[in-house]
Amino acid sequence: MTAPMDDDESSGGAAGTVKKFMFVNRRAPYGTIYALEGLETVLISAAFDQDVSMVFVDDGVYELMKGQQTKAIEVKNFSPTYRALEGYDIEKLYVEQESLAARGLTAENLVVPVDVLSAVELGELMEQQDVLISC
Amino acid sequence: MLHIVNKSPFEKTSLETCLRLARPGSVLLLIEDAVYAAARGNAAESKIRQAARTLKVYALSPDLEARGIRDKAIDGIELIDYGGFVDLVAEHTAVQSWL
Amino acid sequence: MKFGLLVNEGPYTHQAPDTAYLFARAALEKGHEIYRVFFYNDGVNNATKLTEPPLDDRHIVNRWSKLAEEHGIDLVVCVAAALRRGIRDENLAKGFRISGLGQLVETGIQADRLVVFGD
Repeated sequence: MTAPMDDDESSGGAAGTVKKFMFVNRRAPYGTIYALEGLETVLISAAFDQDVSMVFVDDGVYELMKGQQTKAIEVKNFSPTYRALEGYDIEKLYVEQESLAARGLTAENLVVPVDVLSAVELGELMEQQDVLISC
Repeated sequence: MLHIVNKSPFEKTSLETCLRLARPGSVLLLIEDAVYAAARGNAAESKIRQAARTLKVYALSPDLEARGIRDKAIDGIELIDYGGFVDLVAEHTAVQSWL
Repeated sequence: MKFGLLVNEGPYTHQAPDTAYLFARAALEKGHEIYRVFFYNDGVNNATKLTEPPLDDRHIVNRWSKLAEEHGIDLVVCVAAALRRGIRDENLAKGFRISGLGQLVETGIQADRLVVFGD
């Protein structure tokens, strides 16, 4: 449910302000916590009815790779959570074409359907955002 | 929009990625270790000079001073203080920190 | 203008909390409002009252507490990140409060700008 809103002239006012939130993911999973904690933020954002998109660039594309098996490193495999995003109405997942190509990957290697965009297209999408969050 | 980069171009690819995605007319601010990219004479210089043709490039002066490179700043890069940093953020709705 | 700050790294190890603090101070000097400073990832370590840096160095935790007190700034530490890293009410520094990740999203909605400081 939306948090109570103060009357705020600059953002157009009353309860129901919808902003474009972009969560930028650039880190591989497991080597650091940023991918996991970034995902936790996105899941929470679902409760606020904002216009949310997730963008995967650089090593962030690795977060979505199929076939993650974490038993031997004794860490929870959180890649299935990306498939749960749709159930939270978070459906705008974008992956940078150049980042995929540099890593020898295609959308086929990923656990969820994504829109593959060029750097130029992604850059243009970024410019339209109100809030950009990176971990 | 405003792009902020804080890591050295020799440590991370953040600056490189930022330059790949940043659209002409947007603003680039170098802070913390990224200010090394604002210094003359290193391998990143040509990349930044190239970027400065389509982006307005700023660097945080306190960070250059801390690292002893303020007098090496590439001309064409505007040096600002924290107040200037605040102004840049105020001027742009979309602000992306390339960490 | 209302600014929200997101601090993703702990004190001393990364420059992020320093840059964030100096940004906040400059913003206040210009007459802006700091809506909230949200601490996430290792940023939660800015909130422990147990730090004891050398006396001739800046005291990052106390600096945040002082800024919060002088300007009524809301310093929020993410509960999930805090629990992972052992930041709890019993070792929480003055001026900080522990709350949910929703407060970060709410900051994005309510503030005019959100700036991220990290590694």
